[in-house]
Amino acid sequence: MKRFRRHGHESHRDRLKQELFQFSKTVEHGFPHQPSALGYSPSLHLLAIGTRSGAIKLYGAPGVEFMGLHDENAAVTQVHFMPHQVEMVTLLDDNSLHMWTLRAHKGLSELLEIGRFMLTGPPGAPPSVTRVTAVLAHSSGELLLLGTEGGHVFVVEVPGFRELEERNISLDQVSNSVPDDYIGRRNLEHVEALHENPTNPSQVVIGYGRGLMVIWDLEKQCAIQHIPATQQLESVCWTEDGSYILSSHSDGSYCRWRVGGQDETEEEEEEEEKSDIPYGHFPCKAITKIVQLPTTEGPPFLLFSGGMPRASYGDRHCITVIHRKIHVALDFTSRIIDFFVIRDGPEHTGDPSVLLVLVEEELVVVDLQTEGWPVIQTPYLVPLHSSAITCSQHVSAIPLKLWERIIAAGKLQNMHYSDKPWPIIGGKNLAPDPAQRDLLLTGHEDGTVRFWDASGVCLYPLYKLSTAPVFHTDADPNDNMNQSAEGEWPPFRKVGCFDPYSDDPRLGIQKIHLCKYSGYLTVAGTAGQILVLELNDESAEQTVEAKVVDLLQGQEGFRWKGHTQLDVREEPVQFPPGFQPFTLVQCQPPAVVTALSLHSEWKLVAFGTSHGFGLYDYQQKNTVLIKCTLNPSDQLALEGPLSRVKSIKKSLRQSFRRIRRSRVSLRKHHVNNPTKLQEANARLEAELAEMELAPVQRKIEARSSDDSFTGLVRTLYFADTFLSDSSHNTPSLWAGTNGGAVYAYMLRLPTVEHRADEPVTAQPAKEIQLMHRAPVVGVVVLDGHGAPLPEPLEVAHDLARSPDMHGSHNLVVISEEQFKVFTLPKVSSKMKLKLTAVDGSRVRRVGVAWFGSNRTEDYAESALVFLTNQGDVHVVSLPHVKMQVHYPCIRREDVSGIASCVFTKHGQGFYLISPSEFERFSLSTRFLVEPRCLVEAPLHLGSSNQHRAEPDGATSAHRTTQHREDAESAARCVMEHALLNDEQVLQEIQKSLEGDQMSFLENNVKKAVV
Amino acid sequence: MVSSAEPNRTEPSRMSRLPPPQRKTPVRMTETMVEVKSKFEAEYRRFGLKRNGSGGFQEFYRLLQTIHHIHGVDLLLGYADIHGDLLPINNDENFHKAVSSANPLLRIIITKREGEPIVYGTNSLQRRRKGLSLTGLRPTGSGTINSKNKSSLLIGPPQNFRQISSIIDVDILPETHRRVRLHKHGTKKPLGFYIRDGVSVRVTPQGVEKVPGVFISRLVRGGLAESTGLLAVNDEILEVNGIDVAGKSLDQVTDMMVANSHNLIVTVKPANQRNNVVHRGSKNSMGNSGSVDSAGSTGSVLSHDSPSPASQSNPITASSIAEGDSEDDDDDGDIILENECLTVYNPQTANKRDSVNLNGELSRGGTHPSNMGRPLPQSVSLPGSIGASLGYSAHATSGHNGSLTRTASSSQDSIKEDGTELTL
Repeated sequence: MKRFRRHGHESHRDRLKQELFQFSKTVEHGFPHQPSALGYSPSLHLLAIGTRSGAIKLYGAPGVEFMGLHDENAAVTQVHFMPHQVEMVTLLDDNSLHMWTLRAHKGLSELLEIGRFMLTGPPGAPPSVTRVTAVLAHSSGELLLLGTEGGHVFVVEVPGFRELEERNISLDQVSNSVPDDYIGRRNLEHVEALHENPTNPSQVVIGYGRGLMVIWDLEKQCAIQHIPATQQLESVCWTEDGSYILSSHSDGSYCRWRVGGQDETEEEEEEEEKSDIPYGHFPCKAITKIVQLPTTEGPPFLLFSGGMPRASYGDRHCITVIHRKIHVALDFTSRIIDFFVIRDGPEHTGDPSVLLVLVEEELVVVDLQTEGWPVIQTPYLVPLHSSAITCSQHVSAIPLKLWERIIAAGKLQNMHYSDKPWPIIGGKNLAPDPAQRDLLLTGHEDGTVRFWDASGVCLYPLYKLSTAPVFHTDADPNDNMNQSAEGEWPPFRKVGCFDPYSDDPRLGIQKIHLCKYSGYLTVAGTAGQILVLELNDESAEQTVEAKVVDLLQGQEGFRWKGHTQLDVREEPVQFPPGFQPFTLVQCQPPAVVTALSLHSEWKLVAFGTSHGFGLYDYQQKNTVLIKCTLNPSDQLALEGPLSRVKSIKKSLRQSFRRIRRSRVSLRKHHVNNPTKLQEANARLEAELAEMELAPVQRKIEARSSDDSFTGLVRTLYFADTFLSDSSHNTPSLWAGTNGGAVYAYMLRLPTVEHRADEPVTAQPAKEIQLMHRAPVVGVVVLDGHGAPLPEPLEVAHDLARSPDMHGSHNLVVISEEQFKVFTLPKVSSKMKLKLTAVDGSRVRRVGVAWFGSNRTEDYAESALVFLTNQGDVHVVSLPHVKMQVHYPCIRREDVSGIASCVFTKHGQGFYLISPSEFERFSLSTRFLVEPRCLVEAPLHLGSSNQHRAEPDGATSAHRTTQHREDAESAARCVMEHALLNDEQVLQEIQKSLEGDQMSFLENNVKKAVV
Repeated sequence: MVSSAEPNRTEPSRMSRLPPPQRKTPVRMTETMVEVKSKFEAEYRRFGLKRNGSGGFQEFYRLLQTIHHIHGVDLLLGYADIHGDLLPINNDENFHKAVSSANPLLRIIITKREGEPIVYGTNSLQRRRKGLSLTGLRPTGSGTINSKNKSSLLIGPPQNFRQISSIIDVDILPETHRRVRLHKHGTKKPLGFYIRDGVSVRVTPQGVEKVPGVFISRLVRGGLAESTGLLAVNDEILEVNGIDVAGKSLDQVTDMMVANSHNLIVTVKPANQRNNVVHRGSKNSMGNSGSVDSAGSTGSVLSHDSPSPASQSNPITASSIAEGDSEDDDDDGDIILENECLTVYNPQTANKRDSVNLNGELSRGGTHPSNMGRPLPQSVSLPGSIGASLGYSAHATSGHNGSLTRTASSSQDSIKEDGTELTL
């Protein structure tokens, strides 16, 4: 009987677990790491970005996002949308082609890979024959033209990827017809560009690497015209009216060629063949892409990337835009991947309105219709890493008032952005409005804190705070790259916000704590600086007083060898509206701040470094408590981060190696140099062997108090709890160190009336030395109900149940190795959960979260969520510290990803998957932020039908039979699901069937055509 | 049966985890009485003692005091065991052991507890063998190495005895494996070994298979691991505290070991399979195979010489995991300092309950309002040595699963801290 009941209880718990917890990775925020290809569908209004790791990401209207990953771990080199369709073709570095589609399923679109293809050459042919270098998605939507390294053009029918051998354009066919006087006719080289005549889909221009361009008639299978350019070809552009072809070349020149010039007079043709090196005189770099777009009235827009004078500006990444008399060289901070222009009008044939540039580290959108061509703020794909992220904090459920004030402050900072609405509007965002306003705060290396709207799928920048103005830094603020001298040539204009170069690494933000109720913010940095800031809607000029706190407390015989503390500006500083610093604490020695906690109700801030911790009263501006946690034998902590020197050297060497290696692999179109390749391989092998020779050893040793950095303060926590006896609760401060020690201090706060004049005092109350000496990473006090104590001011704002102060409180100490519950006020061990001893993993990040059941509104429980060094996320129940669920989340090798993880109060989390991207995951069944969106196939079939070949009759005939079959199967399915008796479900079924039917149909149609 | 089952040099095998003497069926003796001959200085006394008497060490101690008329003197008791070794009697356990192993005579040697501690030794009595005519007690052949060993090995005073290692679960493990327990607590000796990744060859029904494994790569000279002689370079680590390490990374295994370092139980597959514990045969050639001992530690030499009757019939029922659990509370020995008084939790299982009670009293005392305003003692973290020595002395006097004896508490000074008397 007992066993039965027990079993019943367990199964109940299991069911409850299912209702409370589920794991999913939902969205990737930020900018894709190492983008390598860009595509745009004017008909779908969707943007596609491929990355070097084989990911493909689609973006439409804010909130409309899709992501796919190629099975091959190869870089995406090209992305092409099939005109007027929801299909998309990707070309990978391994020469494979992939067909993707957006399929509706249950009312939501999904990105699916529906086919893959690899060109097969004749037997015995070298691989270069089929190595694809250029792709043209023909406007018919049925053909794919593939230009190869061998100079051939293969024609493939899509979406089925059927090779149409008889329509292939072989190199021989072309070179036979090349005029004899063309110097490069012996070797035309690879196909560099394929372009369709905008006015006649049967004509394509094939551009060969050597420079020759051939206009080819797909119907008649013959060359119509040869354009004998002699410079190495980079790109080709066919003007809108079909009368000119623009070609850009490796010497920085571009040429305009008249098409169909045969019937024109000779002179006219001569005149039209205009060649220009825009940044001429001295040798220039290649113009990698050129586009010319007409305007309804007036001269066309000419846009090209590159072409800079090699010697003086060869390192700039520029796109030049020329319109009328305006000539601007947009100067980007990272390498240009690709660009395109969005045009007005329903048919996307109107005036150019927006220029989108994908550079290595960000997406820049330039408004071409507003005076001065301002940049449009992107609602997504924002480079999180415009300066490297050093820490982050998530704050859930921001009160509306604070939210509005932050947005208002942010708006003032964004005055220079264009007012133009976001131009990419594809798809429908069907996600429900976020239930609450969430903020993600990221601290950066340059001393800025960025505020992001993390409520929904788009991580939108709200406000940026800079702490640098408080200090004198090496860099003079006037030394700005932005200023461009009048009449400078080329006419550079700096665009983009990616700026990884930090003026002073000491400014780096290490810890952030925002109180959402009071609007107080505290940030702490690399050089032991702690700033307390207050949100002010007006700009103000003030002096920030610095208070130096000596954490060594008389420990002698040590010398700090790390960086010096920051110099504070003594003169008043003008602070713009937003968060304005009003107090500054500087730790001495100026070591990195490793723990920070703010209690806005008590007006106290606690901070810790590797030397000790302190408590500062920011109302009275004095130090309440300083405690040195240093172990006298710990030399390393005192001398500063000297041990790093070695690692920096090592990492430098490695990065040089990496660069060298990537240079080898990145060379365009692979110079076939087997010896070099062998060399590289041999070097790699030698490196590997070297690694194997010295086996990795690990010392097995119990931790002792003599270990390094045992005094490093890992966590600080304020709690109003029972410290001395079980009838009087008092404010307290808890600190946990790397050496497994927990210090508790009883705080005495004066009454509210005397808060300003009576001192705050702190008395040591408890000290716990954990036997296992593992670093203490978290301290939580549970109230009488076993729930974590609420945040400061939470109760005062009526947002949380006041804690139960009658039952006995418990203290949860979370070390890297175990979770331990102690009773309070008398500290004695009550329960524990061992982690490391059991599975060898260690706690890296921990948070308290609240999980609601997805079944009943009123059931919820608090739990601890934590991430281990193995990359697994676990949920541990409170107050009984029982393991609930665990899921693999991050690769264990991804140390920076694990270190960057933050948890939200509602069971979600973020971690960096690259320097520029946050992955969002959810452990909760109730709180889930994920893209839910629908993209419908464009109803713009008219134009594509136009190009469809004659056998329309056959198609329709086929279609009817197809219809009958589908109707049958549909009916069958409907019957099967009739039991459900749910209209919505039926509709969904039908919709998905239709989706299938469409592509299936198209497949068949094409077969019929052939 | 197995000589190396209790192979530590610093620890007499009789002090190890033993089953109560009742479990051991008397082989020859059926009488219920034991003949005792006790010697104090030059005086001898002879008397009888009930073999299965319920009396403990304390009673016996008092009895001896009465018999010899030496009240008010701190005494150290020793007895001569069947091998002629002088071994201490200072708790119930070794007292019972002494009684049960008396064959037929129990020789007790009483000395005054004086400044100079008595030296116990394995062959301390051998030199007097003739006079004591102990030869008959020695099983022939077993002490060969020992008798060759000219110099007498010194063993420290009884309070220094503590277990540092043991082989456990011999009966449930395959012969090729060895489960070793290292006791780190109370010693300043480093665990002292390194592990590495490697390739392990497993024989499966499908044939020989190579799987990744974790191996001991180095032993630190003078470390705990080396001194036990139970672990050797290239031994494959199979389990850590009962948890299989298969599929775990080197770092994971490292962390597991460090987390369990206070009471580490590793199951290894020794690289040298010739030293295996054979748990079925009645005797093995262990003692003679000392030359092939890969660990090459001197400690193992000693362990070979005495086929310990203790380990012989030790029916270890607790698996290592259960063992780990029982030992689990060991790391509840967090040192907690409260402001009212400097309370020390002794890192001892046996003490735990005591300290809790103690704490209760203390906190009651601490609730006096006068205490609140009192200047608080500067909370300096306890130097490791104090905590260590506390645990240490307690351990020396308590058996592995025994409770604290009064001798220990009376002999060990009570600790006075902050005006509150703590009695261990």
